[in-house]
Amino acid sequence: MATSTAPASVLASPARRSRTLLYDVVMRLVKDPLVVICVLYLAALIVVAIFPSTFAPLSYEETNFPDKLAPPMSYATTPKLEGFRYIMGADRLGRDIFSRLIYGTRVSIAVAFLGAGISFAIGLTYGLVAGYSPAKVDNMMMRIVDIIYAYPTLILIILLQVFLTSLAQQPAESLGALQTLLVTLDTRSGGLFFVFVAIGAVSWLNMARLTRGQTLHYREQEFVQAAELVGANNRRIMWRHLLPNIIGTCIVAETLAIPAYIYTEAFLSFIGLGVQPPMPSWGSMIADGYGALRSAPHIIFFPALALSLTMLAFNFLGDAIRDAMDPKLRDR
Amino acid sequence: MIRVIIRRLLWFIPVFFVVTGLTFATMHALPGGPFDSDKTPPALIQQMEEVFGLNRPVQEQYFIWLSSVAQLKFGPSLAARGKPVESFLLPGLAVSVQLGLFAMLFALSVGMPAGIVAAMHRGSWRDRSATLIAIIGVSVPAIVLGPVLQWLFALRLGWFPVAQWASLSDGLIPYLSHIVLPAITLGAGLSAIIARLTRASMLQVLGEDYIRTAQAKGLSQRVVTVRHALRNALIPVVTYLGPLAAAVLTGSLVVEQIFAIPGMGRYFVTSISSRDYPMVMAVVVIYALIIVGVNLLVDILYTVIDPRIGHGN
Repeated sequence: MATSTAPASVLASPARRSRTLLYDVVMRLVKDPLVVICVLYLAALIVVAIFPSTFAPLSYEETNFPDKLAPPMSYATTPKLEGFRYIMGADRLGRDIFSRLIYGTRVSIAVAFLGAGISFAIGLTYGLVAGYSPAKVDNMMMRIVDIIYAYPTLILIILLQVFLTSLAQQPAESLGALQTLLVTLDTRSGGLFFVFVAIGAVSWLNMARLTRGQTLHYREQEFVQAAELVGANNRRIMWRHLLPNIIGTCIVAETLAIPAYIYTEAFLSFIGLGVQPPMPSWGSMIADGYGALRSAPHIIFFPALALSLTMLAFNFLGDAIRDAMDPKLRDR
Repeated sequence: MIRVIIRRLLWFIPVFFVVTGLTFATMHALPGGPFDSDKTPPALIQQMEEVFGLNRPVQEQYFIWLSSVAQLKFGPSLAARGKPVESFLLPGLAVSVQLGLFAMLFALSVGMPAGIVAAMHRGSWRDRSATLIAIIGVSVPAIVLGPVLQWLFALRLGWFPVAQWASLSDGLIPYLSHIVLPAITLGAGLSAIIARLTRASMLQVLGEDYIRTAQAKGLSQRVVTVRHALRNALIPVVTYLGPLAAAVLTGSLVVEQIFAIPGMGRYFVTSISSRDYPMVMAVVVIYALIIVGVNLLVDILYTVIDPRIGHGN
């Protein structure tokens, strides 16, 4: 699946010494055509997510009832859209599925980055501090994680999501300043903001556990003792000595966790707790298509494909980065 | 061993209070009440709230709830006008557990052999195709797989019923035919994870010295694989059974929704939106209990598979 290990001649050459791990990893990765395809696909998704209006032929909420359930590649019958072709067909309200799919990319990509961002910002710091702290502090910090962990994740997310959305339905004058800000953010983003909060609230737990475990492993090693000996302070040891050693493992774990964030949003939107209509998300489009599974299976086909391919690309990339970082681990 | 079990059980106490307390507080902080509707007169709502004790302070309600749970009563369902929540949840739980068991059965019976075969024929087409299928299996979520299976095997081919549920009293064939598609939907991703896990741990074990010793003794490949390698390779797989059960549990929420199965999951979502506090609390407690219980079971299984574990600590 992944690239080969370095041949003996490379190991012997003096130029090898000046290479960084990052360089080696990238070189191994670009040699694998599947990895390149995944990266190109994800890069394309990101571009589409940033400039959806450039790529979408129609708006995501434009309804043309005469064209409802139009099959893929059919011409529009609405007079004002004469000559327009629905590449992926139209849904039950006569909205162009292709355009909605493109706008839905925004949601999935945003959730992927946000989940990963929070996971790194909170989880990594938390784990690093816990792992490097004295056993008592470490124990206390990790028990907190354990307890939140015992709470079934999806249930916690659903509960938070219901809590936040019902906050948004309150009359505006009964809310405090902070609440008003939150609700405004949420309505501006079509319900996306609260999905972010709910996913962010649980995404950091795994990362905290992983980082702490890795920190515990490395803090006993000689280079840390050496750094302590020359008087480096805790912050320097954590960020300059420990972090570079554990960041690789964390990146791999995070790449493999991204599909879970994307799926959580899709699932929430599927059961109607995610982004609010008419804002499209792949999950809510799948729910739409599911309702018409019998009569118009093409509605569910494209968002389902997009969701699966995107999750596949992240999973595949995560595997490949892991293999490239440590070829010994390939069979783990 | 017993000490481990006791420690695990003690650990449930803080978990219980945090999980229930958090849920209780969140639920009661939600605006709106269980009896809100346009037509109910306010006086009646007040009366109802009085009957169910909802006009008391939240802390007091929590303690009342705690004491009734101590007597194993989860209280009346507010949405169903006072019928005990157990009368809804127990049948739902029974359905969810059956679905979960079949899904696990599917996941284990597909995932483990696939992982073993892949590891035994490392690098071959079998290994590569198993690895590829596994990564696809991890990536296709239930909200995609469920509708696809439904469309293909129920709507197009007509091999299985589209949705709904049949209990065992309806006959074995209807029972099984209703459970196949949801169980596969729920188990597919897990079987892929198990396959990858089994393959990895099998490969690691197969490289150990004692495997070479066994082979050098002239034991057949089968005996070496089954008796020597598999048993040790299973330990990491068993470790995963805990998180696996949690995944089955929450995953069943999705699958029940897709296949219109009367499991426990639907009560959770509907009870939150209808502010049916006792129902929400009961569901959360049951979920937490199952997760803690399965983890305990995994710890016990450990010591059975690997007698070295559990004596020291």
